[in-house]
Amino acid sequence: MKRHIVLSVIFLITILGIAGRTFAQGGMFATATGNTRFSSATPLENIDAENRKTQVLLNTTTGEIAIRMTMRDFVFPNKLMREHFNENYMESAKFPTGTFSGKLDQTIDFTKDGSYDASATGSFTVHGVAKTRTIKGKLKIEGSKITINSDFEVALTDHKIEVPSIVFVKIAQSIKVKSEYILSPYKK
Amino acid sequence: MKALRLAIILLFPVTILHAQNDLLGELNKLDSNTTVPVEATFKSTRIINGHSVETVKKNHMDFRISHRFGRLNSGSYQLYGLDQATLRLGFEYGITDDLMIGVGRSTEQKAFDFFAKYRLLKQTSGARVIPISVTLFASSAIRTLRPVSDEEIPRTFQNKLTYVYQALIARKFSEKLSLQITPTYLYRNLPELTGEERGLFSLGLGGRLKISKRVSVNAEYFWTARNNSALPYHDSMALGVDIDTGGHVFQLHFTNSLGMIEKQFIGETTGSWGKGDVHYGFNISRTFSFDKKSKRKG
Repeated sequence: MKRHIVLSVIFLITILGIAGRTFAQGGMFATATGNTRFSSATPLENIDAENRKTQVLLNTTTGEIAIRMTMRDFVFPNKLMREHFNENYMESAKFPTGTFSGKLDQTIDFTKDGSYDASATGSFTVHGVAKTRTIKGKLKIEGSKITINSDFEVALTDHKIEVPSIVFVKIAQSIKVKSEYILSPYKK
Repeated sequence: MKALRLAIILLFPVTILHAQNDLLGELNKLDSNTTVPVEATFKSTRIINGHSVETVKKNHMDFRISHRFGRLNSGSYQLYGLDQATLRLGFEYGITDDLMIGVGRSTEQKAFDFFAKYRLLKQTSGARVIPISVTLFASSAIRTLRPVSDEEIPRTFQNKLTYVYQALIARKFSEKLSLQITPTYLYRNLPELTGEERGLFSLGLGGRLKISKRVSVNAEYFWTARNNSALPYHDSMALGVDIDTGGHVFQLHFTNSLGMIEKQFIGETTGSWGKGDVHYGFNISRTFSFDKKSKRKG
């Protein structure tokens, strides 16, 4: 009896695997409306901003991933904050984008539905300063949809982002970044 | 054989790197054809006395406190002008990102001023280049000061009013340098002195030079065309610095004008830089956001 249950479970998994394969095939996946949020939390003031135009390109065959966002696309609750972010901190005229270009550390079978803990190592560039980083996250595969969630911190000093002492608004030395990218098959 | 192996080992990382750049390059290609608006031509809605092309953004209110002290050459008895202060309080609000309105009250002539300002054209770079920003400005001021002597005839309501129209034309030449020219027409129903023309043309020149991310040096000059050179008026000139502290903008300056509204500093500047009739002054600007999103807690 037990053997029968085990066999039918294996059978079910195999069926689901095949079904998944027909949807998620190896290749390029992309989005141009990825969501990247960051928050600077201090006891005095919380500052949040959101970028809903993050571009992501994932090659499921090689595990390579590229992420790109335009600094001016970050939306703040206060427009003066946005201006300061671009003018004084990020110097967006000189360094318009933030990018990540790397490779997944795990070999993930993109043909199988499921949720995986994953990480990617590569070059993370903000404010014109590139750092090699390993960023952890979660990968969820549902048919032809791949969802990437990640949660990490960026230290201002790592990227030479200066906060002068004259500033009254309190800014955290380490910025929390959260992202959610929902990728679908990429057509050129 | 060894050489071949070495070559493969050496070339392999290069190909990986190349492939990664290609993926990012692919993303860059998608975005190469966009038009980018040029932002923050000036730090504030004023260069010093006069308006800049900047407007207060939608649902934001700029609360402005401006002071001009007495003349520097008034001596130590008056603490070089600091004993006298004139004030303008202003509440200025963004209806849209391009249209703002404002109301102010000056101690000078007990004047109320009302204005509207519209950003007509925005400087852009990228795919479609617009070289300049243009903002239109219209203002009306009413002086409510009662006659100071018995000989002075009380003004009718009409005669208390003045009007100003400006086209603010600016270009941000680089991250550091922005320049503006400001053709102005000022009309007074009844000028302050007899023998004055009611309508005045003036051309303003202004600019800012950033000396650090948060500090800029500003200068402003209004060349005003007058028919009657016997009148005791001078062109308005001001020099100052802007200090941006994130949330507040402090503008500290020296100017030969006492008034802080166009009618006064363009039309009625009696101080002369040459004689040392210079006023120390400051504007403090604090912007509040009434955007619904700002209530969201992170």
